[in-house]
Amino acid sequence: MMRNKYIRILLVDYGMVFVLLSLCLLISLLTITDMHPEDTSAARKLAVSLVKEAGSDINVLVVARTTQADKVFANTLKGQLESSGAHVVGVELGNPSTLRKRLELLGQQDERVDFVATHDFSSKWRVLSAASRSEMGSLYPALKGLKIAKPASYRWPTFLTANNLIGILNQNAPIAIMAIGMTLVIITAGIDLSVGSLMALAAVVTATTIQRYLGGEDASGFDVALAFVFAAGVCALAGAFAGVIVTVFKVPPFVVTLGLMMVARGMSYILAGGADAVSIDADSIGALYSSSVLGIPSQIVLMIMLFIVAHIVMNHTAFGRYVYAVGGNETAARLSGVPIAGVIIAVYAVCGLAAGLAGVLDASHFGTGRPKAGEFYELQVIAAVVIGGTSLMGGEGKIFGTFIGALILGVIQNGLNMAGVDFERQMVIYGTLILVAVLIDQLKKKVFKPATS
Amino acid sequence: MADASSPKSLNLTLPLLEMINVSKSFPGVRALADVNLDLYPGEVLALLGENGAGKSTLIKILGGVHPPDLGIIKINGQEIHIDSPTTSQQAGVGVIFQEFNLIPALTARENIFLGQEKSPLSWIAKGQEDEQARELFERIGVKVDPNALCRNLTVAQQQVVEIAKALALNAQIVVMDEPSAALTPREVEGLFQIVDELRRQGIGIIYISHRLDEIDRLADRIMVLRDGQYVGTQDADAVTRDEIIEMMVGRSLDNEFPDEIRPVGKIRLEVKSLSCGHTVKDVSFDVRAGEILGVAGLVGAGRTETARLLFGADKPDTGSVTLDGKQLKIQSPRQAIAQGICLLTEDRKEQGLVLGQTVQENFGLPNIQDFTKAGFINKGEETSAFNSYIEQLQIKVTDGSQIAATLSGGNQQKVVLAKWLYRNAEVVIFDEPTRGIDVGAKYEIYLLMNELARQGKAIIMISSELPEVLGMSDRILVMHEGQVAGCLENRDVTQEDLMKLATGTKEVATV
Repeated sequence: MMRNKYIRILLVDYGMVFVLLSLCLLISLLTITDMHPEDTSAARKLAVSLVKEAGSDINVLVVARTTQADKVFANTLKGQLESSGAHVVGVELGNPSTLRKRLELLGQQDERVDFVATHDFSSKWRVLSAASRSEMGSLYPALKGLKIAKPASYRWPTFLTANNLIGILNQNAPIAIMAIGMTLVIITAGIDLSVGSLMALAAVVTATTIQRYLGGEDASGFDVALAFVFAAGVCALAGAFAGVIVTVFKVPPFVVTLGLMMVARGMSYILAGGADAVSIDADSIGALYSSSVLGIPSQIVLMIMLFIVAHIVMNHTAFGRYVYAVGGNETAARLSGVPIAGVIIAVYAVCGLAAGLAGVLDASHFGTGRPKAGEFYELQVIAAVVIGGTSLMGGEGKIFGTFIGALILGVIQNGLNMAGVDFERQMVIYGTLILVAVLIDQLKKKVFKPATS
Repeated sequence: MADASSPKSLNLTLPLLEMINVSKSFPGVRALADVNLDLYPGEVLALLGENGAGKSTLIKILGGVHPPDLGIIKINGQEIHIDSPTTSQQAGVGVIFQEFNLIPALTARENIFLGQEKSPLSWIAKGQEDEQARELFERIGVKVDPNALCRNLTVAQQQVVEIAKALALNAQIVVMDEPSAALTPREVEGLFQIVDELRRQGIGIIYISHRLDEIDRLADRIMVLRDGQYVGTQDADAVTRDEIIEMMVGRSLDNEFPDEIRPVGKIRLEVKSLSCGHTVKDVSFDVRAGEILGVAGLVGAGRTETARLLFGADKPDTGSVTLDGKQLKIQSPRQAIAQGICLLTEDRKEQGLVLGQTVQENFGLPNIQDFTKAGFINKGEETSAFNSYIEQLQIKVTDGSQIAATLSGGNQQKVVLAKWLYRNAEVVIFDEPTRGIDVGAKYEIYLLMNELARQGKAIIMISSELPEVLGMSDRILVMHEGQVAGCLENRDVTQEDLMKLATGTKEVATV
């Protein structure tokens, strides 16, 4: 019996975590490739291992391309080699033909070169091939023993690199943030179809506010922040308005938010004056999107903070309790003194606010207010919530589940993109995934149905 | 206890139904262990037991809702496998659950024949169905319009439709789970006649009820379950009521109602001219400190509606409510609770509990602010508060994290009680507090009501069970068609007196 209980908790509460992990594993296996490191740590390791194996009495030519990253690579390599006691005869930043000239020059000067230290890419240049080297060695004695030294290659999934993982999070942050609000709404047995449109409205309101009222390119960072707050506030108000109609006039949330969805989208286009995007001239518009904390884009930091706050609110405050109670049994909640109307209005306002935040982030990302932003996002947002295990019947659901749901969507999208699956097929796969998620939810309820006597 | 039992009226050797060594477990609960049941044609077998004793599980197995873990079911001597409601129906079993399976938007006739269509495209011969429906109603002995929408039928009529539905499938075995729970006394009498009629037609009836009066009236044999165990089966004539109760609770109860004499103080709650549409008309009464005011009346007399007005669940057209001389302003349940009024609703599942949440969360719902500091719930405090009630009320739960839906009716009611007891309200309204609750738990609830009264609170108890009203109340308010038909000091009052007032056959008499 007890074992059964734990299996149940594992499956019911953390089943989706396993799905996410298995997805990550699968995509990792599918994307394993040879990795050729070209970063500074690879450069340092290369220098150390070269000196260790060949001794410090060596002459080394450092070779790389002209890109910024390669310059850093080459300089690190040179510095580390020199501090290890090796002699660096020069740094060649260029292409195969400049390298050939440099080698010939060194040969003519009879400057002994033992190693060309470079990365995998340049090591494949024809000029550095065994044939070419032995030819040069026969011409110039100084180049006779020339060998190639490059960082060790290894096999690693491209999926599982810091860049890629951060990319996934960053790309899905707006949807994940909106999914927080949507989770609350769905737990009250409601639905909010307006989030995608509210996102666009927030973006366009941000843009027009800055351009028309805050001086366009003269707008300061504070002005931009003010516009962000205003735009997000407009969306929160729109959400609250929807909540009032739902609770006071008893109109089904589906209909109310369907209406709001169309109104908000239309208003976005009207405000944009028919343009595809309202450009924002203020310099600091991109600051929010492009800033980072400890190397993590601020958008991700914001998203994680919001998830933590939402988790705490839902699990440790009276408001959270009320949200679950309203969704579980509105009548019983009302007769227990729960302020139903207040809870429902607040929940839709939060959902609107989340959509507003996503819109503000979009404006900061693109530097424009796009009335097209967030099209069909409401469906992805709902999908994330449902995959995360929140019941559309209300009363059940976890913020953590939604986080996992959003990640699952992002990981699949990323994996499919890497596998070169086109958008149309991706839609089919998403749809199937939602069906499977809901099916699993139903099955686990059936298998582990609690006793009712 | 001896299993001395053969059907008294019909001495047939072949039982209609045998359930042999049936066992069933749910995660964390052993619901049934080696239970035996036999049923003969033309008899009424009363199935008794406290809530959680396993009665519902047993009939759900028979009805194909749950498959048994172990055990054999034989019908007419033949072993059959019941693995779905359909196989159960085909085997001749008709189960009438407490919650009816009728579709409100369809007519009685459509409900009766729903699911009997040969194929989705088959033509429905309405005339023929209509005739058959009328025949069925005739057989049951009740007139119901086959073309009336089910949502417009009374509870009693809907029950008749359920019975007709079972009979339309040629049920030889009819199971009734608490069939009288939602009926008025007059309707219950009609139900008895239906049961008698079915018995006369040779149908075997399993009748589940908590009301021992009904068992006396109807049962040929009595079978008792306790904690999922088979206690025994007895001929109804061979046992006394006390013996039955003893079998059910495993101990003897001296009395159904606790005796107590309390001093009654000054007037605490005063209700004046409360009205709301046609349901409540000019209702005035008062409740004194330490007093239990019983409210009697037929279903639809406006008792629950009055309670809802007092509690702010509905808004009155006119009227005033004062507590300790102070006029109350009640717009919502939230305000009522804040001003010291609480209501234990008649319908636990729909109105009293959030079934999908844990018992502790349900307990905390009206009390959460008391456990909240600086915006955060102190779950430790909530747990210890709730645990003290688990102990005090002897709620059978593993701990506060158990989901409310998994509790038996009596324990659910105790959770509702716990959440309101903690509020320490001055006025406590109980609406059908013991409906669907077993004898043992009933007694505990009575003791609790007395305890609250002793603390000087004003208690209002709405009940359709006249013995309960007479057994518990200091005064009795009788309502009839939305009005106060009378208010009687509970001295030498009889059930007949109350019925006369409740049915409007006696002029208004006040003390």
